[in-house]
Order: sequence, then C-alpha cells, then structure tokens
Amino acid sequence: MTKALRWAIPLAIFIVLVAFLWVGLGRDPRQVPSPLIDKPAPAFRLSKLQTPDETLASGDLRGTVWLLNVWASWCVSCRVEHPLLVQLAQQNVVPVYGLDYKDQPDDGRAWLAQHGNPYTASIVDRDGRVGIDYGVYGVPETFVIDKTGIIRYKQIGPLTEEVLQGRILPLVRELQR
Amino acid sequence: MIPEIGHFALILALLVAIAQSAVPLVGAAMGEPRLMAVARPAGQLQFLLVVVAFACLAASFVGNDFSVQNVAANSNSELPLRYRFAATWGSHEGSLLLWALMLSGWTCAVTLFSRHLPPVFLARVIAVMGLISVGFMLFVLLTSNPFERLVPPAAEGRDLNPLLQDPGMVIHPPMLYMGYVGFSVAFAFAIAALLGGRLDATWARWSRPWTTVAWAFLTIGIALGSGWAYYTLGWGGWWFWDPVENASFMPWLTGTALIHSLAVTEKRGAFKSWTVLLAIVAFSLSLLGTFLVRSGVLTSVHAFATDPARGVFILTFLAIVVGGSLALFAYRAGKVGLGGVFGVVSRESALLANNILLIVAMASVLLGTLYPLFLDALNLGKISVGPPYFDAVFYPLLAPAVFLMGIGPLARWSQASLPTLWTRLRWAFGVAVVAALLLPFTLGRWSPLIAAGLFLALWIATSSVVNLRDRLASSHQTGLLAKLAANSPSYYGMLLAHLGVAVFIIGVTLVKGYEVEQDVRLDVGQSVPVGGYEFRFLGVQPGPGPNYRAVIGTVEVRKDGRLIQTLHPEKRIYNASGQTMTIAAIAVGIGGDRYVSLGEPLAADNLGGAWAVRIYLKPFIDWIWGGAFLMAIGGLLAVSDRRYRIAMRRRDASLAAGSAAAAAD
Repeated sequence: MTKALRWAIPLAIFIVLVAFLWVGLGRDPRQVPSPLIDKPAPAFRLSKLQTPDETLASGDLRGTVWLLNVWASWCVSCRVEHPLLVQLAQQNVVPVYGLDYKDQPDDGRAWLAQHGNPYTASIVDRDGRVGIDYGVYGVPETFVIDKTGIIRYKQIGPLTEEVLQGRILPLVRELQR
Repeated sequence: MIPEIGHFALILALLVAIAQSAVPLVGAAMGEPRLMAVARPAGQLQFLLVVVAFACLAASFVGNDFSVQNVAANSNSELPLRYRFAATWGSHEGSLLLWALMLSGWTCAVTLFSRHLPPVFLARVIAVMGLISVGFMLFVLLTSNPFERLVPPAAEGRDLNPLLQDPGMVIHPPMLYMGYVGFSVAFAFAIAALLGGRLDATWARWSRPWTTVAWAFLTIGIALGSGWAYYTLGWGGWWFWDPVENASFMPWLTGTALIHSLAVTEKRGAFKSWTVLLAIVAFSLSLLGTFLVRSGVLTSVHAFATDPARGVFILTFLAIVVGGSLALFAYRAGKVGLGGVFGVVSRESALLANNILLIVAMASVLLGTLYPLFLDALNLGKISVGPPYFDAVFYPLLAPAVFLMGIGPLARWSQASLPTLWTRLRWAFGVAVVAALLLPFTLGRWSPLIAAGLFLALWIATSSVVNLRDRLASSHQTGLLAKLAANSPSYYGMLLAHLGVAVFIIGVTLVKGYEVEQDVRLDVGQSVPVGGYEFRFLGVQPGPGPNYRAVIGTVEVRKDGRLIQTLHPEKRIYNASGQTMTIAAIAVGIGGDRYVSLGEPLAADNLGGAWAVRIYLKPFIDWIWGGAFLMAIGGLLAVSDRRYRIAMRRRDASLAAGSAAAAAD
C-alpha cells in the first residue's frame, strides 16, 4: 500500500460502516419476516420452571390458542413489556406460556417473584436449544400459536399496548372462534 | 404565541448559523479579516436565539400548554414542576433541541475564551461549529419540530414516561450532552488545523482544555446515568451494555485516548495525525450515538421515539460531516508529518500503547453494538449480543491499559530505561501484589478475579505515590508545602483522575465479588438474615403522591440486634399512564449499600399480606461513581492550569504572523 493511501483507511472504514447503516435503516429490527409464520411450531418437551419435576410438551397444547413469550431474567427489555403481560394474564383471555431462555432457573424464579408471574407455566430452555428451533434472536419475543399448533404471528422485541390491542388480541379472538 | 416565538427564534438561529459558517470560511480562504470577524458575533447571536427557542419550549412545558403536541405527548398537569421542566428534553424533539442548545453554548464559549487565537484559526473553528449547528437545526426544523401545534388542543397531557420522572432526568441528559457535544470543539479545532495545514504543539495546547472539559462532563454524565439506572430499574445493576449506554461509552473511550494523545502532541510534537484522527473520531462517535439512539436501527430500552425518516436524515448528515472530515484527513494528514521520534521504552510508547488499547476496546464495543445490524444487512440472520460478549472482550483489553497507567507517568519522554523503571517501581509493584493477594481473605472470599482487580487498583495507587514522592524528592524547593506547590495543577489533576480509576476498579471488583442478593417471601413481621444483617418486614401502607398512588413498605435493618435504620421501598402506580414503578430504598454507605425493593404482593390482601422482597448488599458500589467523579474533578483541575492562559497570550504575537502566511495558501 502506498503511503498516500494509508491516510484514507479511516475514510474507507467509514464508508463501509455507512453502507451497513444505510441497509440497516431500511429494516425494522422488531419486525422480522419469520420463516416460521404459518408453519407448525417446532416441537419441544421441557421441564417447568416452578415445578421442575413436571414437563410441558408443545403437543399438550393442541386445541388451544396460546402465546409463547420468550423471556429471561437478564433481559432488560422484558421489564418493559412485563406489566402488559401481567395485565393480560389477569384478563384471562388467552394462556401465556413463558420460555425462560438461556437463564439460570433460580434467577428466573426470583425474577418472576419480583415482577409478577403472568405465565400459565414457564419452561426452562437453559442451553437455548428450543430458542434456536424457534428462530429466537433477541429476547423478548412473542409467538401466537393456533389450535392446530401453527405459528400465526411473531413479535420481536417488547410487546406494546398498540401491538397487543391492535394485532395480537384481535388475531387471538379470530383464532379462538 | 410562545411556541411560535420559539419556532421563529429557531429559524432565525438557523439563518445566523448559515452565515456563521459560510462567511468566515470564505474570509479565511481569502484572507479577509472583516469577513472572518463575523464568526464571533454570529456565534454569540446564534446562542442567544437558541436559548430563546429553548426557553419557549420550556415555558410551554412548565405552563402546561397542551395545544403543543410535544407537551401533550410528554407532560401532564399533575407532573411536579421540576419534571415538567425536565420533560422539555424528555422527548425526541426536545432532546435534539437540547443538543442544539449545547452546541451553540459551546460555540459561544469558544468565541469568549479563545479570543487569543489567531483570527484565521478562530474563524475556521467557529465556522465548522456553525456547520454542525446548521445540520442539527435543519434536522429539528424539518423532521422533529418540537413546537408543532395540536388542533384541537388536548385537555390533558399523556404524561412523561414514569421511568423518566426522577431527579436523574433533570441532570443526567444535560451533563451527558455537554460532554457529547463538547467534543465538537476538539473536532472543529482539528478540522480548522487540517484546513490551515498547521498541526503542531500550539494547536494541541489550544485543544487540550476544551477536550478535557468535555471529557469531564461526559464522565459525570455517564456516571449519573449509571447511578440512575441502579436505583430506578429496581434490580441493582449499574451497567447493562445497552446500545444507548454503549453510544455514550464509545466517545468516552475515544475521548480518553484523545486527551492522552493531545498531551504527547503538546509536549513532544509527536502523534500529530493520530491525534487529529482521534479528535474526528470522538465527535463522529457522538454523532453515531445520536443516530443509533434516534433512528431505531437497534432495539434498546432507551429507544423512546424512533422513526426511519429521521434516521435517513441523521445518516446523511453523519455521512457528510464524518465522510467530509475523513476525506480532508486523507488529503491533508500526509502533509503534516508524524512528528517526534521516540524509543521503544518511553512515555510516548506507553501512551501509544494505552491509546491503541482504548481504541481497540472502543472498536470492540462498536462491533458488539452494531454486530446484529451487520449480520442482518448481510442476510445472515438476526442475533443479539449481550453482556457475555462485552465482559469477555472488554476486561482483557482494559486490564493491560490500566497496568500501563502505573508505568506511563513515571517513564521518561523519548527514551526511558526498563531497569531504572523497575528500580523505581519495584516496591510499588511488590506492595500492590502482596496486598491484592491478602486483602480478599480479610474481605471474605478469595478468587483470582478479585485479586486481579484489586491488584490493578492498588498498583495505580502505589505507583502514584512513588510518582509524587520522586517529584517531591527532586524538587529544588525547601519545605513540603513549597515542594507540593511547585507542581502544576495539571499534574495533580492527572494523579487525581488516575486515582479515580483505581477507586472505580475497587468498586467494580468488590461489588462483583461480594454482592449478596436475596429474593424472599416475607410476611408482615417476619425477618430474614442477609449477610450479617437482619431485615424485618413491617408490611406496607398506602401513600399519596403528586401524580401517582404508592404503597410504601417498611423494612427495619438490624445488626447484632441493634436497629441501624428503617428503609421504605415503594411501588408506584402512575395515574395518567397506569404504569407501575418500583422505587428501591437504598441505605448508602461508603463500605456498601443495603438495597431493598418490593416485588409483587403474594397475598390477595395487598396491604396486610406477604410480599416478595428483594434484598441486596452491594459492597463498595458507590466507589464506582465516586471514582468517576474523581476522574472528572481531576480533568477540571488539569484545565485550571495557568500555563494554558499564559501560553496563549505569549504565543499570540508570534502566531499572528505565522497564521497570516498559512491563510494565504
């Protein structure tokens, strides 16, 4: 490399960075077209967080519309959406199952004790295996799964009042019919 | 009426900023003093106009003018006065106006305190700052107008996010922005120097105080934000590697490298192009941080208001400002030369190594922050990078940098000798090693990480003592006070800032090593022992608040059966939004905090039943922020050095001639 070019290295790095940022702008980090939409929810059998002797399998939930909420005690954004889930649980419209993702069960239980437990049950995915099957890339995520075990909607990032009232609950009502 | 005055003042400020940047640049290029002289009054006028605009927005918030959309969305008539004022910068629009205010404030400060600079140079500095102002005010006016009216007006505001209703909100953003935006001065100095083609020790001497002050503010701003997170999020953490935290941390790391690199350029004339590059990068990262926070390319707890259209504007602005300055750097830097020669073992080498480590650390934070975005852009899938990555990469990089802090200040410029350094430092090293190995036993538990952390902190402290002792011993003055007074404030500033790092490391090490966390179910009257203390829960009572309803718990803390304090953790439900907030009760102490927060009620009867209660012991945690404040005070002490003012005046005359020549080319 010639000497003159050496001074242009920072500029070159910056141009690459801007190119990435430009592409990144066109994408919404929260709304990912999941390849799993309208596909069967990947099967799992995991032990429950509160009662580790019991397990829950995806097949057990056939015949009900349910939400799968991926959370973890180390996840900051989960704290933002959690009050919404607690409210939702009090309304008893749809069962919410939690997937405690890459977490220490003790931490997870403590976190629920602290912030309230909206989940019908939480299952423990310590090594993140099931998370990979579900294409989880950021916590929290929420899936809407219908009576036949098909994923119908996926929310990436914290739930908001708008998403819950505007998309998820209408969808749930429709699927429950 | 008031919002319109503010809007109008902001438009005027934009016009003034255009004049402030264009006219002096032309004047500097033509060597026309009258055009250059526009810079200073234009900078001051622009500041005045932005102050008016900001005051109008603040008045709308304070006066509950819900016909202004921004006020209706982010305030509420029940909100206490100080938070109505702070809500001025609680929204996206308002925070950008605060950015513009800070920028014009720094510009005004430059016009006032840099009168001794050569006129060409000063004109260019103010013009460059004017250009940045133009970009920001265009951004505010075109995409994020805070004065937008709401027709028909709202009867009541939607309220400020409860997370932001905190004294931290009043002081943290202004401090942080003072630091963020303050790097624009160093940036403008660097661009002016590149434009004029003169990059030398005097340039570094002019830049140093500005850079150090900005760095000190940034340090305080980050520390305040961290402290705020600690007591409001209700779970005792103090740093989360959140993208927005990283956005403020990257300019800090680069700024830290910059103030050290400037020292070398000032004293030895070395690292010139590197220093200029750092000045550009530090401010570029401030802009990048603004982009990341405001555009929504990354998800974060801080992403209050995001909008891709705004992202396009900031990215374009970023590309022009940073791309332009890096192109100028590529074009000019080769001509300014590298500067002094130095040996492999020398203070220059130590500072260079420190610089490289800091920049690599910054790059690793940048990579971790943007990695999800890179992968996504390449269609390789979406991932999130969490604290495990940062912990694994960051500590190994910073540990050697901290170790060098012990050696650097003692090494001689140009050429030092390792055997001499070893002779001077072996006691400091020995004491630090032995104390670090033994101290963890007295604190409770020995672990290699705790010992390593303590060693680094003690090493900074002992080597600073050696440094001071040698200085005093070689002083020609007689009497301890005279010897102490013979050293400059900047020397003591350096020592103090370095000790701040030591204090910070002690805090981080001990809190990570010895914190105790317990989540327990407590019935009324029940008590639980945690780490030598006994916590007794006396139940909760309802309590009123200005714009929320609260339940207030009472927890008595006893040690050896003696009552030492009563803590009152709270849960609040805000009226306007219905959001819940957990307010921890923290007994602060120099040896550590006792932290109690309320979880959920476990019985149907909220007030009489059991609660989940979270009890933490956080040993030495306040040292983390104490250390940061020492660093900032050290920086301010260094700036108070008389040599900056004297040198400026003395060189005035000789420079005027030189700069006229520089302007001519």
